[in-house]
Amino acid sequence: MDKVMSNKKVIALYVLPALLLILAIVYIPIILTGYYGLMEWDGVSPMTFIGLDNYQLLLKDGEFWNSVQHSLFLAVVSALSLIAYLLVALVLSSQIKGSNLFRKIYLIPMLMSSVAVAQLWLKIYHPTNGVMNSMLNAIGIENPPLWLADTSIVLGAIFVPIIWQYAGFYILIYYAAFKNIPASLAEAARIDGASPWQIAIRIKLPLIAEVIKVTVVLAVVGSLKYFDLIYVMTGGGPNGASEVMASYMYHKAFRGFDFGYGSAIGFFLLIICLVFTWMIRKLTATKENIEYS
Amino acid sequence: MNTANTIELQAMGASKSSLMKRIILGFFYLLLVIIAILQVLPLVWLFFFSLKSNQEVFTLAPFVLPNPPRWENYVNVWTQGNISRYFMNSIWITVVSVALTVLLANFVTYAVTRMKWKLSSLVLGLFMVGLMIPVHSTLIPLFNLYDHLNLINHPLSIILSYVAFNLPITIMILLGFYMALPREVEEAAIVDGSSVNRMFFQIILPMTASVMSTTAIINMIYNWNEFIFVNTFISSDELKTLTVGVQNFIGQYSTDWGAIGATLMISVLPILLVFFLLSNKIVEGIAAGSVKG
Repeated sequence: MDKVMSNKKVIALYVLPALLLILAIVYIPIILTGYYGLMEWDGVSPMTFIGLDNYQLLLKDGEFWNSVQHSLFLAVVSALSLIAYLLVALVLSSQIKGSNLFRKIYLIPMLMSSVAVAQLWLKIYHPTNGVMNSMLNAIGIENPPLWLADTSIVLGAIFVPIIWQYAGFYILIYYAAFKNIPASLAEAARIDGASPWQIAIRIKLPLIAEVIKVTVVLAVVGSLKYFDLIYVMTGGGPNGASEVMASYMYHKAFRGFDFGYGSAIGFFLLIICLVFTWMIRKLTATKENIEYS
Repeated sequence: MNTANTIELQAMGASKSSLMKRIILGFFYLLLVIIAILQVLPLVWLFFFSLKSNQEVFTLAPFVLPNPPRWENYVNVWTQGNISRYFMNSIWITVVSVALTVLLANFVTYAVTRMKWKLSSLVLGLFMVGLMIPVHSTLIPLFNLYDHLNLINHPLSIILSYVAFNLPITIMILLGFYMALPREVEEAAIVDGSSVNRMFFQIILPMTASVMSTTAIINMIYNWNEFIFVNTFISSDELKTLTVGVQNFIGQYSTDWGAIGATLMISVLPILLVFFLLSNKIVEGIAAGSVKG
């Protein structure tokens, strides 16, 4: 048995295609991004080595730090909205008729491409014909905001469709996690006189702590690297008011043809995503993992 | 059984505060229904304006259909633009990428969970860390790589990228299933003199049919909706997929609401259709993918 199952040729045959692919397309490029960051390069003519110039420039680039701020803001909003999703999932996983149908309906926006979501919300926010302002007009608000043209509210306006798209995803994950908890645990607590609220906070939440950690990482890292919808809806504008890290990188590289500088931003983006993953894991590390399955 | 007990227990306590409980339950349903409406309403509005002319978008109320509804909007965008070509490209590129990803991921998961070799946990770790790596950090080096291989404007550039970036999530979903497979089956097969290859293709793979279809659907949704790789690596109209094609098309016809609505509906419908047919599988797959991480 062991001999057959540790045949090196077979293992190589099974693992190498996928391994080579992920090395060539994911791992080597992220190393190269850091390396290209040391170059001055317009994408066409040969690169010239300029040392840490790009990275130094990055540290002083106000527009870049502006975009970092927006990305962090999105990360905080996404992480906080998880609390609401937890509450909804708690309600949904109690004795609710039709909970299966509800969670499926919630998931529908998640099935759309970011481009479709962005195009749809561009229309929703349309100053005159959009459904948002039509409805505001109908309830008597005469000068509704110009959602995406107003630098002070564009960022908030863009977060709404992002939350709209992902809410169902997180609610579904939490719902599945709550359903995974053996009913006997909650029952025992109920017999001991615990209220539903106490059962939720003291028993159910700690039991799905691992899942919550995973979703916090997903929400934060997902926000930090967020791109598609913002790129389509505002392109980072007006005047950089909705620029995020990834859209700034894309503009510098593929629109401004400054691939060296773009690579430096890409490398920074990678580092910040990995650091945040590590930090969240570290901060939420528990001494013992609760087992219940 | 457990749920039955819970309901019984609830019924026992219900007599005292049944009115209060009913009010709370009613409030819960109201909350869930409001969320459901918010999740679906934008799509309903999209459907309504896809059947209107520009004038009707402006003069009719948001949720009123014109008489007769303008179904010709759909016929027009399908026949006049390149939407039908984008549609076909999306289909074949999605099918090829999904098949490759699921096959390679099964190979790796099998080798990692069932076979004995020293580096198995390192290789698995490499795939799992891949989940946290932002696509944008690889974009510039990948563009350069494909440029040197003459793969810019070649479907292979997007297929390879899709497979590499979706391997981690696919392996993650498969992992839990493979770990739970009983070893006796393999032992018996080896005693009978079966080779690893025969065992994998004739015994293991058929057993994984259910989880494989789950991963296939998840991959399908990701690939169908992907934007940034196609937007960056493909410039010719012949090869664009629906997401990018829709984006370009709308850019050109930004004032024709009916055409935009119809185009968006066409891009969303295939996924919605799959969802209505296989929603249980999708829900299960999305939950499994994150909960087990």
